[in-house]
Amino acid sequence: MKEASNIAGKTKEIVKKHGKDKSSLIGVLQDIQEAFNYLPKQALKTAASAMNVPFSRVYEAATFYTAFSLKPRGENIVKICVGTACHVRGAAILQDKFERTLGIKPGETTKDKKFSLETVNCVGACALGPVVLINTDYHGQVTMNKVDKLIEKIKEGGAQQ
Amino acid sequence: MVNLIIDGKNITAKEDTMLLEAIRGAGINIPTLCAHEAVSRSGACRLCVVEIKKGNRTRIVTSCLYAAEEGLIVDTKSERVLNVRRLVMELLLARCPESDVLQKLAKELCVDPQARFIADADKGKCVLCRSCVRVCEEVVGVSAIGLFSRGSHKTVGTPYNEKSDACIGCGACAYVCPTGHIEMFTTGDKRKIWGRTFKMKTCDTCGRYFAPVDQLKYISKKTGVPLKELGICMDCR
Amino acid sequence: MKNTPDIQARQVQDDLRINYGPNKKFITICAGTGCRAYGSLKVKDALEAELKKQNMNVEVLATGCFGFCEKGPMLVIHPDKYFYQQVKVEDVPEIVAKTVAKGEVIGRLLYRDPDTTKTLFREEDLPFYKKQLRVVFGRNGMLDPTRIDDYLAIDGYQALGKALSEMTPEGVISEVKKAGLRGRGGGGFPAAVKWEGARRAHGNPKYVIANGDEGDPGAYMDRSLMEGNPHSIIEGMIIGAYAVGAQDGYIYVRHEYPLAVTHLTMAIAAAREAGLLGKNILGTDFSFDIHITKGAGAFVCGESSALFASIEGRAGEPRAKYVHAVEKGLWDKPTALNNVETWANVPLIINRGADWYAAIGTEKSKGTKIFSLVGKIKNTGLIEVPMGTTLYEIIYDMGGGIPNGRKFKAVQTGGPSGGCIPESLLDIPVDFDKLYEVGSMMGSGGMIVMDDHSCMVDVARYFLAFLQEESCGKCVPCREGVRRMNNILEDICAGKGRQGDVELLETMSQAIADGSLCALGGSAPNPVLSTIKYFREEYEAHIKDHRCPAGVCKALITYSIIPEKCTGCGLCIKVCPTQATSGEKKKAHTIDNDKCTRCGACIESCKFDAINVE
Repeated sequence: MKEASNIAGKTKEIVKKHGKDKSSLIGVLQDIQEAFNYLPKQALKTAASAMNVPFSRVYEAATFYTAFSLKPRGENIVKICVGTACHVRGAAILQDKFERTLGIKPGETTKDKKFSLETVNCVGACALGPVVLINTDYHGQVTMNKVDKLIEKIKEGGAQQ
Repeated sequence: MVNLIIDGKNITAKEDTMLLEAIRGAGINIPTLCAHEAVSRSGACRLCVVEIKKGNRTRIVTSCLYAAEEGLIVDTKSERVLNVRRLVMELLLARCPESDVLQKLAKELCVDPQARFIADADKGKCVLCRSCVRVCEEVVGVSAIGLFSRGSHKTVGTPYNEKSDACIGCGACAYVCPTGHIEMFTTGDKRKIWGRTFKMKTCDTCGRYFAPVDQLKYISKKTGVPLKELGICMDCR
Repeated sequence: MKNTPDIQARQVQDDLRINYGPNKKFITICAGTGCRAYGSLKVKDALEAELKKQNMNVEVLATGCFGFCEKGPMLVIHPDKYFYQQVKVEDVPEIVAKTVAKGEVIGRLLYRDPDTTKTLFREEDLPFYKKQLRVVFGRNGMLDPTRIDDYLAIDGYQALGKALSEMTPEGVISEVKKAGLRGRGGGGFPAAVKWEGARRAHGNPKYVIANGDEGDPGAYMDRSLMEGNPHSIIEGMIIGAYAVGAQDGYIYVRHEYPLAVTHLTMAIAAAREAGLLGKNILGTDFSFDIHITKGAGAFVCGESSALFASIEGRAGEPRAKYVHAVEKGLWDKPTALNNVETWANVPLIINRGADWYAAIGTEKSKGTKIFSLVGKIKNTGLIEVPMGTTLYEIIYDMGGGIPNGRKFKAVQTGGPSGGCIPESLLDIPVDFDKLYEVGSMMGSGGMIVMDDHSCMVDVARYFLAFLQEESCGKCVPCREGVRRMNNILEDICAGKGRQGDVELLETMSQAIADGSLCALGGSAPNPVLSTIKYFREEYEAHIKDHRCPAGVCKALITYSIIPEKCTGCGLCIKVCPTQATSGEKKKAHTIDNDKCTRCGACIESCKFDAINVE
C-alpha cells in the first residue's frame, strides 16, 4: 500500500516539475524510469490522470520507445553496442558470450536481479569497438576474456571500471 | 475547381478533394483497407497508391491523402502501382491467413499468396489499419484502445491487455473493423468486448436490449442529457 | 558610435584576447565521450595535480573531440603545439617536467607514422589530419565546451552580431543560398530554400529545430559537435530563427548521448545569461529561445515528422500526409528542421562569406563534410574534408588503410539507408550526387570500412534486422515487407536460401521503396540492392554452394585445428562452452563439429593462430 502511494506521489511530483502539458509526456516517462529503474503501472496510471491524457496514449508512448522498460530491471544494466562498426568488429560473438554467461537474453533480467541485458544501436564510441556499457561506464575493445572479468568484478562488489 | 487527368480521362474536381474521391467519382475502382468514412485518414495500408506526374517528376502516393491539383496526371494501374498493391496483398495474406475479407480482396486484385512468406499464426485478422483506434479516439472520445509497441510487434488492444476502465462497450471499434478481427459477443443482457462484460439496457419503449449502461452513462456525462432520457433505442425514437 | 550587437560581441572578444596571447602556455586535452572511455579525465586530473605540485600556472582545458579517436587519450601542449597520443596517467610527471617546463619532446608519446616510421610533432603533420579541412570541427580542440567565453574568444557569436546589425532576414537567406549549403543529415536539401519556405509560410509561432537524433549506427559526428562545441549549433540556430522569423527552437538529442545533453543545457543557460538567447537578443527586438528534448530510443525519430510527433509527446510515427514541414511541421506550424552539422556551418558562412564557402567543395556540393571513419580501419575517428575528396584518400591517406594485413572489401556509407561501395569505385569524389549514382548515399556521414572477413550478405541481413527493429510499424510495406526480406536473408545466411531468393528480394525491394510511408522503409532496400549489385557472387555462394566465403555465417562455416600450429596447450579446451575441443596435453587438439557452435572463444584465446575457419 505504502509503496503504491509512494509511486503515485513521486509521479505527481514529476508531472508537476514538467508542467502538465501533454507534450511533456516523454520527458515525464524518462524521469519516472530514472526514479524507479522501470515504469511501474501505478506511475503510468497516475501520469495519465495528472496530465489528463488517456491511459492508452501513455501506454502507447511507454511501449513505443525502447529506452523504457515496463518490467523491473536489474541493479546493473549491461548494454552491448551492436552498431555497425561494433558489429563488424565482432559484437555478435560478444552478445552470445554475455547471453551464455549471464543466462539471459536481451530484454531480460537475471533471477538474482543483479544484471539486465540490453542491446543498443551505437553509442558513438566506435574507435573503442566492440563497446559494452555497464551502467554509465564505457568499456572498449571488449574480448570474451574481458567479459568474464567484468562480470566477476561486479558480482564481487560493485566496482565497475 | 481543378482539372486533372486520371487514367487518361479528363476530370474536374473541387480543390480540396482527395484523389481517392476523385478517382472513385470518375467511376474507377481502387482498393482501400484503412480508409473509413467515420474517421480521419491514416495512409497505413498503402493499397490505394497511384502514380502521379507533375511536370517532370513522377511519384507514388496514397490517393487517400493526396489532394487534387491543377494539371496532375494520375495513373491508377501503372506497373509500379500494381507491384506495390501486389506486395501489400501478399504480405497481408501471409500476416492474416484466416481472413476471408483479405482472401476475397486478393482474388479481386488477382494476387496469390506468396509461398516464400511463411504464414503468421498469432496476428488473428488484424491488419493494423487503425480504424478502431481512430474511431475510439475521434468519434467516441474515450481512447480505450490504442496501438502498442512498434514494428512487427505492433498490436492493437487495451493497455497491459487488461480490462479498460475507459471502455464503454459501444462496439464502434468492432463495427469499423474491416476484417472482423475485433470480437464482440452480445447475448441477452450481456455484451463482452475487450475482456470486459457490460450490462445492457432495455429500451423503455420496446424492451429490447440496445446499448450498454456504461455507454449511456458516458453519453449523459458528455452531453449533459439526463440518463433517463437516453433510455429509448434508435428504432423507437 | 552606436552600441550595435556586433560591436558588443567584439568588445567581449577583445577583453578575452588579452588573456589568451600567442605565447601563453596551456594544455588542451580531448574530453569527448570516446576519450573519456579511455580515461582522459583521469589524465587531466593528474596533469592539474602535477602542475599544482610544481607550482606552475598552466591551464589544462578539457576540450571537445579532436577527431583522432584511435589514439586517445590525446593532448596538445601550447604554444609549441606538440601532439601527444595514447597518454597514460603514469606519463604525466614526465610531460610536466620535460615538455611543459622545458619544451622538450617525449618521443614515445609522439605519433609515429607507420609507413615512414618518422615521429611527427604536430597535428598538422599527421597523415590523418593533413588532407582535412577542419573549418567546423577543428574548433572543438580550441575550447572548453562548458565555457561560453572560450567560444567568444574564437569569434563566437560574431556572426550573430553581424546578422542582426547588418543583414535583414532575407539577406541572411540569400547569403546562405549563395553559399550553397545543403543539409548534412542525409537529405542534402538546400538549407536556404527550406528557410525561405518557412519564412513565407502562414502560421505562428514558427519553429527551428536541430535534429540531433543521429541514429545511423557508426556515425557520431553530431554527438561530437553537440558535446564539443554546442555554441556553434546554438549560434547557427539563432541566425536561422532570425532568417525564418521563428520565436522558439528545439534541439532533439538522442537518448544515448547524455554528455551532449549536459553540454547543450549549460551552453543554452550561458547564452541566455549573455543576452544571446531569450527576449531582445543583443538589444534588438528579435526574441528567440531554445529547448532541449531528449529522444527515447527510436531511430525513426530522426525522420522529421516522427521527430515532431515525439516533441509533441506521442509515439514517433511519421505522418502520412503530403504536406511540407515548412508549411505545417511541429504542431502544424511552419518549421525549419535541419541537422546539427548544418546549423554549425551557418556562423561560418555569415562570418567568412558565401563566396569563401562556395569555393570549397564540388559544383553542386559546397563546403566540407564531417565523416566518421570506423570499422576495419587503422585510424578510427572523425574527419572533416572538402566535398569532392575521394574515398581512396579518406580510407588510405587519412584512415591509414586496413589493419592486420587484411584486404579492403567495401565501405558502407549512409547508414541503413545507404549502400556498400566496392574497391573498384574508390576513386569517386565524395559528394551528394556521386554517391547516389553508385547506389549509395552520403546520409549523415558514417563510413564503415569492411575487409575480406566481412560477409556482405551478413551485412545486408544486419541492416535489415536493424530496420525491422526500428520500424514504427504503421505501414504494411515496411512493417511486413522489411520483416519478410529479413527472413529471407536469415535463411540465406543459415544455409536455407533457395533459388530465386535474390530475384524475389529485388522485386520486393522496388515495391517496398515505392510503397513505404517514410524514408525508413523507402530506403530499407538499399543495403540489399547494393550488396546484390556488387557482391552477387557471395549471395550465390551462400545459396547454391552453402558456403560463406568470408567465414562469417555460422551455419556455413566449420572450425578446425591446424595440427602443425597447435602446441596442445589446452587453452581452447578451457574456454569452449560446449566442450567441442578436446585433446591431450602437448598433442594437437581437435574440434568436434557437431558440438561446435562457432562462438569464436577458441580463436580469441589461441596464441598460435591454430584455428582455421572455412
